[in-house]
Amino acid sequence: MENPLQSLLQKLYGLLLGFFAILIAAGALLVYVATSPDPFGMNTPEVVIAETETEEVVDPDLIENGVHVASGLVEGEGLMTVVQNCTSCHSGKLVSQNRMNREAWKHTIEWMQETQGLWDLGNNEVIILDYLSEYYAPVHHGRRQNLTDVAWYDLE
Amino acid sequence: MKRRSFVTKTALGSLATVVGADIVFGNHLPKGYTPLGLDTVDPYKAFGKHPDMKVLNDRPWNIESQAHLLDDKVTPNASIFIRNNGVMPEDIDVGSWTITFDGESVKQSKTYSLQDLKSKFTQYTYQATLECGGNGRIEFDPPAKGNQWGLGAVYCAEWTGVRLRDVLEDVGIKDDAVYIGYHAADTHLSGDPKKEPISRGCPMSKALQDETLLAFKMNGEDIPLAHGHPVRLIAGGWPASVSGKWITGISVRNKVHDGTKMTGSAYRVPCKPVAPGTEVTDENMCIIESMPVKSLITYPKTGGRLAKGKPLHIRGHAWAGEYEVVKMEYSIDFGASWTECTLSKPANRLAWQHFEATVNFPAEGYYEVWARATDSNGKKQPMLVPGWNPKGYLNNACHRIAIKVKA
Repeated sequence: MENPLQSLLQKLYGLLLGFFAILIAAGALLVYVATSPDPFGMNTPEVVIAETETEEVVDPDLIENGVHVASGLVEGEGLMTVVQNCTSCHSGKLVSQNRMNREAWKHTIEWMQETQGLWDLGNNEVIILDYLSEYYAPVHHGRRQNLTDVAWYDLE
Repeated sequence: MKRRSFVTKTALGSLATVVGADIVFGNHLPKGYTPLGLDTVDPYKAFGKHPDMKVLNDRPWNIESQAHLLDDKVTPNASIFIRNNGVMPEDIDVGSWTITFDGESVKQSKTYSLQDLKSKFTQYTYQATLECGGNGRIEFDPPAKGNQWGLGAVYCAEWTGVRLRDVLEDVGIKDDAVYIGYHAADTHLSGDPKKEPISRGCPMSKALQDETLLAFKMNGEDIPLAHGHPVRLIAGGWPASVSGKWITGISVRNKVHDGTKMTGSAYRVPCKPVAPGTEVTDENMCIIESMPVKSLITYPKTGGRLAKGKPLHIRGHAWAGEYEVVKMEYSIDFGASWTECTLSKPANRLAWQHFEATVNFPAEGYYEVWARATDSNGKKQPMLVPGWNPKGYLNNACHRIAIKVKA
């Protein structure tokens, strides 16, 4: 398939990329050393990188400015029940993008149970429906809205 | 502390790219693919997207473009929307990838390797407009369920591959063939291996068109992972969900394909028009075929302030599903009067067309420039959001941009 020149070029390309990546990694390491309180990992070597990453992924309970950071859902009664039951299969964004009345949210749950493998929610269903119909209720905007959030700039 | 985490991630990311992607599997991985778990990756970096793209959903990935990002005649990967229904396949091995043709209406089932397809059949290149059936959903009232697309779920890229028709002829199709349905390598969000996240298709008449391809290349390069690497079905002008990604099989059916998201209310609209908010039973919902006539002003970006007396050059694209756009107009007085734009012919059937015009404003103040396309059937884009439907499909209302003329 490939001629020798092509494969040589590919190898060279790989080497070059490798070289650059090591440069980048070295740069990143320098920044890491400069910002880390324990840069040389006297207590815990190497693995520290992986550990800090998992530790510092968003706190699952963190609420900031009335929004649950991990899911993007608004704070309110029933929030954690919604997080536990809804966001293990799909993103919280799929909930927060949508606006429905109680009946339509109930239909959506039934549809997920019939076709998507959602479990029986038991007593949690009422809690979830209360939350969704309160915080994600429809907003009426008619046949066409004004243009909003226009970021004005000067044309040449 | 956050900064520190970011820095360490970057270091890990670059190393993984070097060790994993560029040397060991260099020939099997599409550009921009990182072997780290995609759930944890910055989507802009992982998919090579423009920073102005909007993430609507991260599980599954749904990422939207914007009008001003779609200015190129042939859309580059950076500006192409992503609509996934399930979890993207990982560890793609191009060398062992196969596509199996089966179903009630094949004479015998047959499996091709990618190499077979590339070497046995003539390759063709076409541009194709692909628009999500739900593009514009955000404007429906009452609101419709699903990802709330604005106007950026459309693009026109150039695809290279073999004609599905040529392969179907080689497989051998019975006279009772009605529909094709695709199967793909993505997996269901629930993790259930028996569930397909999406398996749609089209009638034989669409499957047999010259422009319906099993494509290996997008814009002259390997298809990016998020857009269907290593092989994608391309059926331009129809809801983009017909153009299945990561194709592993095609079933030739003796009835309308009944795969996931072919049935129920998915990609269907009421067969007869209904009042907003009406509940419609599944048997009264009909499958969407050709997408409606539509257009976008891609230059300038909305929000431009212009000096008084200066003309404004506008440009954009227009498309009409299976049909051609025959006329393009703009209005700066909310439709009271329309002026014709210059309109190009499509590069090929199903490609979007380009328009441009020079607009003069009579006085200072706030204006909206509205654009309206007319297709070869005489259908125009409505200025209002068209017929309400339960799933919020087919919003082809006119696009408009805001302009201020300064004193």
